[in-house]
Amino acid sequence: MTFWSDPVNFIAAWLRGILAGWGMGAALANILLALSGIIVLVVFALVLDIFLVWVERKVVARFQDRLGPNRIGPFGIFQPFADIIKLIIKEDITPEGADKVVYNIAPVLAATAVILLWAILPLASTIYGVDLNVALLYLVATGALGALAIIMGGWASNNKYALLGAFRMVAIMVSYEVPMVVALLIPAVITGTMSVKGITEFQSGVWIVILSPLAAVIFIISAIAELGRAPFDLNEAESEIVAGFNIEYTGMKFGWFYASELLHSFTFGGFIAVLFFGGYNFFGLEKYPLLGVVIFLAKALFFYWVIMWVKYSMPRIRIDHMLAFSWKFLTPLSLALLIITAVVDKFLAPTNFYMLGMFLTNVVIAWLTIEILRAYGKRQRKAEETPVQPVAEAAHH
Amino acid sequence: MTPVQIIFLLCAALILASALMVVTTRNLIHAALWLVAALFGVAMLYAILDAGFLAVVQVVVYIGAIAILFIFAVMLTRREMRDRGPQLRKDWWLAALLSLLVFAGLAFLLVTQPGVNRSAAVMPEGLDTLGKLGAALVSPDAYVLPFEVASVLLLAALIGAVYVAASKK
Amino acid sequence: MQNAWLYIGLFLIIGIIVPVAPLLISWLVAPKKPNPIKQSTYECGIETVGDSWVQFKAQYYIFALVFLVFDVETVFLFPWALAINKLPLYTVLEGILFILILVAGLVYAWRKGMLEWM
Repeated sequence: MTFWSDPVNFIAAWLRGILAGWGMGAALANILLALSGIIVLVVFALVLDIFLVWVERKVVARFQDRLGPNRIGPFGIFQPFADIIKLIIKEDITPEGADKVVYNIAPVLAATAVILLWAILPLASTIYGVDLNVALLYLVATGALGALAIIMGGWASNNKYALLGAFRMVAIMVSYEVPMVVALLIPAVITGTMSVKGITEFQSGVWIVILSPLAAVIFIISAIAELGRAPFDLNEAESEIVAGFNIEYTGMKFGWFYASELLHSFTFGGFIAVLFFGGYNFFGLEKYPLLGVVIFLAKALFFYWVIMWVKYSMPRIRIDHMLAFSWKFLTPLSLALLIITAVVDKFLAPTNFYMLGMFLTNVVIAWLTIEILRAYGKRQRKAEETPVQPVAEAAHH
Repeated sequence: MTPVQIIFLLCAALILASALMVVTTRNLIHAALWLVAALFGVAMLYAILDAGFLAVVQVVVYIGAIAILFIFAVMLTRREMRDRGPQLRKDWWLAALLSLLVFAGLAFLLVTQPGVNRSAAVMPEGLDTLGKLGAALVSPDAYVLPFEVASVLLLAALIGAVYVAASKK
Repeated sequence: MQNAWLYIGLFLIIGIIVPVAPLLISWLVAPKKPNPIKQSTYECGIETVGDSWVQFKAQYYIFALVFLVFDVETVFLFPWALAINKLPLYTVLEGILFILILVAGLVYAWRKGMLEWM
């Protein structure tokens, strides 16, 4: 074992030797090492988060043909640090009639739910928090905690807009968790494991996006909805309900909602990379774990950029369209995809046509979906062309 | 006391305290949130017992769906979040007596069980518990019938909900 | 107890301490000068009318119920998805039957117009 093949265990063994030299018991030393590893991982995530603020502002500025922050440091890179100092020294205002305890717990819970995701994120073949055998459901569980935080914050603020934001968050979560979980089932069917590390190792040969591109698309769409980012940002729609659930939050509490949204997006970018785009695998370069981390972060940043690209290009979706899109399109499509994937996987897994067969199956499903949608659209247009009778009046009741 | 026992006692205390708050707090949303805390404590108990799947399912289904549904229902229907009625019935002592008896009976049964003092056997390293669970769910000599019946039960729940909602209009 | 869950537990503790720390620092250094206008509910400068309770479409509740049923379903499907590679073909069909029974529920809700926005 050298530093280059397994840096974490190399450092851990070295530290363990030092602690044993001080006469510390093995169990206690292990817990201390785990704790220091966790602190390093969490601090890394949060420092990354600080730079994400800068990335987000720079990218949105380029999308809108502006320069973005450019005063503090080269390219304004130290702007977020100034922001943090400002957020910390701002007066913290609790609105009258707010439910103080719930109001204060909500931002902490929002941040905790995102930080917890980093426990299972495989940064490289030997650098990861823990290899959980139920990682996919763990991903869903932390998402539920994040949604709970938004509901708590929206309810406790004692504000109409905040409450509306909380309601809308429930509506989004309720609609998009089903397609997301079914899209998560497809890598589980293909790889036969629920551990994200196992799924990444499976992809050292072929990425799952090639085996099931539709699942990747469904996952990305429902992940954006689950994150509550545009076009699904109904929970904070600035132009309708001012800022939704976080309208009353000031100072660092608002800061945590903002920071956790950005880190959540980046982390989901990472999960898109891990589940469908090979994670830290990149043409054999993953043999060097430090390079693997770079590859992983680059992929995560790319999908974070895709999420931003969608956010700054799309108008906000209307709530009835949002619900219909999930329940009448994504959910049936994902269930059909799951059924067909399971059957095709069963028949083709031992043969040489596995990759080709899976890919073609997805293409056929996508083509059929488009044909059905086209036929439906044609029928709708035809119905609109025929003059509407007063019957439509009666249909309201 | 072993560290696991200490963690277990902390979890148990969390569950009991939260459960007590669920029934005593007068604010309905607070009651739902205390319920979330109690359910989370149960998830931690599953994690201590090495039942990782049950632990995450507890969070996904009970906190992520059922508790949020409770909060949602309260927010949708109640203008007044406070429950102003008296919290105790006249004959509360009867209920207390009954539950005490049930508790005593259960405790007695548990103590007389052989092996109640034994600690759980350690599972072999690398045992594929999830794969075994999946195989048991679909193999005909295990649980395939309950598995399919669960689906029918869920269907019945769904149809019932839709029917009730449709007849209201 | 498995080490993986001990690790998650430690992660949870750190994950709570880290967000609380800046809030505590902020509580120490930030000014505290509350006044009634500052603390009033923000509605873009207009004074609030009534309490914060707003009527919301009760129809959302149907979506929430349908979601609950499907959430429980997908939880059953995860062990199935892990096992099908190692088991004979009919187990795949059993899982598909499980899904189709529930899809019948979705179709029923759809036909009843419960998925329409009114």
